[in-house]
Amino acid sequence: MTKITYREAVRAGLRDALQRNPRVFLMGEDVGKYGGTYACSKGLLDEFGPERIRDTPLSESTFVGAGIGAALGGMRPIVEVMTVNFSLLALDQILNNAATLRHMSGGQFNVPLVVRMATGAGRQMAAQHSHSLEGWYAHIPGITVLTPATVTDARGMLFAAIQEPDPVFIFEHAYLYSMEGELEESWPAVDISRAAVRRPGKDVSLITFGGSLWKTLAAATQLAQEGIDAEVVDLRVLRPLDTGTILTSVRKTHRAVVIDEAWRTGSFAAEVAAQIMEGTFYDLDAPVARVCSEEVPIPYPKHLEEAALPQPNKIVKAVRRLLG
Amino acid sequence: MSSQHRNEKFISNYKRNADNAREKRDDMTPSLTREQGLELLRQMLRIRRFEERAAELYQLGKIHGFLHLYIGEEAVAAGSIPSFTNEDAIVATYREHGHALVRGTSMNQLMAELYGKAAGCAHGRGGSMHFFDASRRFYGGLAIVAGGLPVAVGLALADKMQGRTRVTGCYFGDGAVAEGEFHESLNLAALWKLPVLFLCENNLYAMGTALARHQSQPDIAAKAKAYAMGADTIDGMDVLAVETATGRAVERVRSGNGPYFLEYRTYRFRAHSMYDAELYRTKDEVSEWKRRDPIATFEQTLRQARLLRDEDLQQLEAAIATEIEDAVAFAEAAPWEPIEDLNKDVYTDERRTT
Repeated sequence: MTKITYREAVRAGLRDALQRNPRVFLMGEDVGKYGGTYACSKGLLDEFGPERIRDTPLSESTFVGAGIGAALGGMRPIVEVMTVNFSLLALDQILNNAATLRHMSGGQFNVPLVVRMATGAGRQMAAQHSHSLEGWYAHIPGITVLTPATVTDARGMLFAAIQEPDPVFIFEHAYLYSMEGELEESWPAVDISRAAVRRPGKDVSLITFGGSLWKTLAAATQLAQEGIDAEVVDLRVLRPLDTGTILTSVRKTHRAVVIDEAWRTGSFAAEVAAQIMEGTFYDLDAPVARVCSEEVPIPYPKHLEEAALPQPNKIVKAVRRLLG
Repeated sequence: MSSQHRNEKFISNYKRNADNAREKRDDMTPSLTREQGLELLRQMLRIRRFEERAAELYQLGKIHGFLHLYIGEEAVAAGSIPSFTNEDAIVATYREHGHALVRGTSMNQLMAELYGKAAGCAHGRGGSMHFFDASRRFYGGLAIVAGGLPVAVGLALADKMQGRTRVTGCYFGDGAVAEGEFHESLNLAALWKLPVLFLCENNLYAMGTALARHQSQPDIAAKAKAYAMGADTIDGMDVLAVETATGRAVERVRSGNGPYFLEYRTYRFRAHSMYDAELYRTKDEVSEWKRRDPIATFEQTLRQARLLRDEDLQQLEAAIATEIEDAVAFAEAAPWEPIEDLNKDVYTDERRTT
């Protein structure tokens, strides 16, 4: 195993895709000369040239739509939308074209498009740059929604995504780019259909994804010191959801807390809770609990931002309430 | 200037420009062969009769949802679509019956699509607004205003990156001009010198809002020029003017000089959709435009050039009537898609369907 940052893992995934397939190209804001807002594409312009590493104008709707068109035209575009906050400007193309074209055309057209974007809060970026909207995207049939939380997933999910015949959206939590981790040698075998148990346990299932995985693992470590053995499930893929892994875990532990950085109302955590209720209600020893963000625009000052977001101590408290 | 006055002034200029354009191209008629003339007329008549029948079928409850008729605008599709080769791509809007008909998708498939039958050109799943035909590179039938422009830019990008000399034709209306995607797409296509031809069907109304009531600069071609591409304004009621201008523009784009822009000045005779009381325009205005009916005026042109006889017209009408009634019979008899197939083709890999 080698140590690598999440950013390096994404970059290695991009380079690998560009090397393997001449029809792969990367486009987005500042992916070329600037090297990517999060430096994920640093060096790729020199290596692959401006035809394949394309800086775009600040026209999210059009460069995402152009990705759809290029995919229809036989290319394998990877579109980088700088952050999920700006992806709302491209939502029409994503929802009305990328997600619908195959079904609406009776199977005549598929859209092999990969869209990557940074998501999440936690870096004092204030209300307009701190959204966690991957749950919104997971609402849409026709697309696949991935939330890599480890360097191995950051490396391997792109590899898997670029082989999919339909649109895949990859949400990279901005907090993770500088995180260092061990790259598992099995990364080429990363599959994008299953959730993963990151920490086995028997007393409670902590179900989460993306940037919240690390907070949840920290909470599990703290709970272990109190004698509570928590299982941590990383969903990895929000659509299609691997309900089987969730239910298997809950049937073992009989308790579940869902951790999601989005606002509680209408969150993806709500979907997971509903799946547990529908799938294994009678195995529960306590109601499903959720730890989500407070229902406020995410504020700038550090103490307020921290108070607004899920934190390890909030997860620990939620577990104690369930077991108490 | 009141907005109504401004609008009237704009419409009067608009017509004068169109008339000037018509005079300028009077010398085209002598080179027109009888065969070419009859084919242009036939395509316009096919569109009109198909849509008249569709409107009847709508009243009879055979067709549902939105039905946006193209009647009045036939010269644009009939004159422009044949300029594209089979290898080129077409991206159209929710008012695309005419484009698909001229592109060559069979009337049977199109009528079945209006019925929602599985034999339709989109398997019955799209209806009137979502015609698709992969075999003719017909990419919709995209029904969000201006939503097709970025897709067309991407299709052209794919061609350019793969070294193909194909052209993508992107149709949209004057309403699309107000959308951000219009401006973004023109900019990107010109910036990257992509082989896309933008074809704006300016029928003067964004649904019910007149162009001069929603644009500070109602000269659409001027907007395209601002993005550093060539742009012409064409009389869209004149099928020969449309044909000449489009043929020239397609070849210009194909030669690798980047995008080009055509604005066709045309007019919709029918309501926007089947739910429109037409409170926003006068009957006089509509009847004045009907005097410039692209089919009637072209018939006149052909007769004057001694290229059309009464029996030609009767034969065309009879053949089209048969084609339409066959299509209706085909659509009536065609089976529905089984409900068990509802989830089919959400994903290519059906394991992804939850």
